[in-house]
Amino acid sequence: MNSPSVRALLVRGMLAGLAAGVLAFLVSYVLGEPRVEDAIALEEAAAHASGGGHHHEAAPVGRALQATAGLGTGVLLYGVALGGLTALALCFALGRVGRFGPRATAAFVAGGAFAAVTLVPFFKYPANPPAVGDPATAGRRTALYLLMIVLGLLLTAAAVLLGRRLAPRLGGWYASVAGGGFLVTAVAVAYAVLPGVDEVPAGFPATLIWQFRLSSLAIQATLWAGIGLLLGELAHRHLVPERAAGSPADRSGSSAVAA
Amino acid sequence: MAQSAVPAVPASDAAVTPVPLRELAPWAVFTGVLMLVLLYFVGAEQGATALFEGETVHEWLHDGRHLLGFPCH
Repeated sequence: MNSPSVRALLVRGMLAGLAAGVLAFLVSYVLGEPRVEDAIALEEAAAHASGGGHHHEAAPVGRALQATAGLGTGVLLYGVALGGLTALALCFALGRVGRFGPRATAAFVAGGAFAAVTLVPFFKYPANPPAVGDPATAGRRTALYLLMIVLGLLLTAAAVLLGRRLAPRLGGWYASVAGGGFLVTAVAVAYAVLPGVDEVPAGFPATLIWQFRLSSLAIQATLWAGIGLLLGELAHRHLVPERAAGSPADRSGSSAVAA
Repeated sequence: MAQSAVPAVPASDAAVTPVPLRELAPWAVFTGVLMLVLLYFVGAEQGATALFEGETVHEWLHDGRHLLGFPCH
């Protein structure tokens, strides 16, 4: 097996992020946009009913652009950035987390990142459609959201370190269970200590919020699954020489099947 | 087919040689910061804080922020 080059993996990570971003954009356009439109319709109906002005009407970017090019810009840049960061994490993890090959390691890293930066913040401070959330508290909510992401990363890293520390004494399985138990407990304590956010306007349909949040989760799941699988595949092709890829000598991780 | 007849080379079990940290560090710092700046612009510029005046960045990325889970407004 070749030794990994940071530059090569970084480029592959950003490419995987771009491709996963395209998939996530399709999901966001098909599943997410109808919910955004519904929420904006409700928001405007409420603004008309109260006779007040509305900030979307004076917007420099129209809805048609927001829902297509704007959404695409956001999701693709997000994908490229996370793909690059995942590649850096993969560079660190390769050869350091047991005898896994590039594909299994990439899946492990992307799965851990999905849990740390998406799931952990999501269950405390979930995504909200337009019309939900007081603009006056946007700064505070952003700070809490970022804090939750940082906590998710730190606690996940601590859980992995703890598992590795315990592995020689408990064996791989019980060390993993202990690490997972630590993560769940620590996240539960953080949830209990940090302030909650509940700024859903009275009468806002619960179904719409549920569907919006599910579609948001689907977008993130698509992105992270795409990054994990594509980066793993590209890293595998980069690191495992063609002739060895299907040979019995290559027994690292999940690479029993030739690419 | 004849795979089991060929003895495995033990050396290949040592999966991948880890990248030395001193080689990874400059990449991690430089590109890591670059990627985080990118995430800041996607998620928070002209929202919670602003480096540039106006609302164009916020409005352009409006739907993405909502759907990706960032507090938008």
